[in-house]
Amino acid sequence: MNVMDSAPAKSSLMSPESDIQRTQFPYVTGTSVVGIKYKDGILLAADMGGSYGSTIRYKSVERLKPVGKHSLLGASGEISDFQEIMKYLDELILYDNMWDDGNSLGPKEVHNYLTRVMYNRRNKFNPLWNSLVLGGVKNGQKYLGTVSMIGVHYEDNHVATGFGNHLARPILRDEWHENLSYEEGVKLLEKCMRVLLYRDRSAVNKLQIAKITEEGVTISQPYSLKTFWNFSAFQNPTVGAEGSW
Amino acid sequence: MFRNQYDTDVTTWSPAGRLFQVEYAMEAVKQGSAAIGLRSKTHVILASVNKANSELSSHQKKIFKVDDHIGVAIAGLTADGRVLSRYMRTECINYSYSYESPLPVGRLVVQLADKAQVCTQRSWKRPYGVGLLVGGLDESGAHLYYNCPSGNYFEYQAFAIGSRSQAAKTYLERKFETFMESSRESLLKDALFALRETLQGEKLTSSNCTVAVVGVGEAFHTLDKETIQALINEFEIAGEDAPAEVPEEAASDEPAAPEEGAAPADEGAAPMDI
Repeated sequence: MNVMDSAPAKSSLMSPESDIQRTQFPYVTGTSVVGIKYKDGILLAADMGGSYGSTIRYKSVERLKPVGKHSLLGASGEISDFQEIMKYLDELILYDNMWDDGNSLGPKEVHNYLTRVMYNRRNKFNPLWNSLVLGGVKNGQKYLGTVSMIGVHYEDNHVATGFGNHLARPILRDEWHENLSYEEGVKLLEKCMRVLLYRDRSAVNKLQIAKITEEGVTISQPYSLKTFWNFSAFQNPTVGAEGSW
Repeated sequence: MFRNQYDTDVTTWSPAGRLFQVEYAMEAVKQGSAAIGLRSKTHVILASVNKANSELSSHQKKIFKVDDHIGVAIAGLTADGRVLSRYMRTECINYSYSYESPLPVGRLVVQLADKAQVCTQRSWKRPYGVGLLVGGLDESGAHLYYNCPSGNYFEYQAFAIGSRSQAAKTYLERKFETFMESSRESLLKDALFALRETLQGEKLTSSNCTVAVVGVGEAFHTLDKETIQALINEFEIAGEDAPAEVPEEAASDEPAAPEEGAAPADEGAAPMDI
């Protein structure tokens, strides 16, 4: 950038590319999403914070959305980019429904579509600044996968984005199993979200949990977790840490 | 010089409400050598008669694989058929790129029909001169469609197109009610019997026909010569000198089905109804 600024005459040689506006960095962001498979389907959890840089500016951002009948999407990263993605997906589902032929896109199809969109945008050096979690159930098949902002994608029994990868997945690796009931699943997700709340400064104590089964999607009302801050280590965290204030 | 004054242009209506150029294109399908298709719950069979243009040449390919789950058999202008199969292949491959899943057969057929329809409404174009039997398997089971130059498409249990296809249709009409529950083998047998009906003064051999199958657990593929010959031998289908009677149904109850020659019964009707 600096090179171009100091030589404005040259920048016209770079046009029209030099005129294109890209998302160079995210503005309003959401933090981790955590998703697990459970006995009857998929559970996703995300808090409702929207950070403007390091300021937690918004506190009621819905980051879990249904996509058609069979899929559920959770997003972290740039909130407006997520809204753009939802626009693509709603259009996709609309056109799919317009065939009116009994066929419909399942979670696998939507996941692959998202992968293509994300990878295509990164190839234009204009990525959608998100990490996405896609879960769904179709024809008795559970599906849970993730896509990153550059198009990296994989499926797993439990997935997480951002900080969740570091703080939630180790817990899930220890405690997740195939036959989790709905209640156990929610409990496990709450355990993950509580750890994230304690250690991720962007997390807020207002979250939603979404469920998708063969019957359809249910997204919970926002609620808070019980926390306990009176551990002595929390009282004065810098004591004994020389050089910090 | 002209058959009538309303047929110089695809887009010109006759006062009777017909589009003659489109109807002529439908005729092109009838000139081509026969192709038949039939399906059960789980399988679709496509079969065609191979006719060489001359003693010195080989025959043209009439059955094309579109994707693992879809294939077509064509009758009419082979060149047009190839163009359309290439289009179908592209659509399938693009769909699997985007969604990593097979394109539903019904959707491909609608796209194909829309493509054919455009040619009936543009003065600088001509309709495709080819009929396509599209066989495929998707989430909702096995499907057989017929696409024609007019832009219409229909779903069938069993169908035949091309020259002398009426004879095969008669055979299929007599038996189609059992096809849904048929096994792959008996479906193949019916395909060969139906195909034989379209041959005139010729034996059915592995060298004058092509047979292709797609079904549950079986990607679309054409059977090789040995397999076809083995089936012909097994069922003693060869025909001509053999007692033309099909063993289990002695063609009795049906009053001698209208043979090929009777096809012009629908001559007056607008072929678009087909």
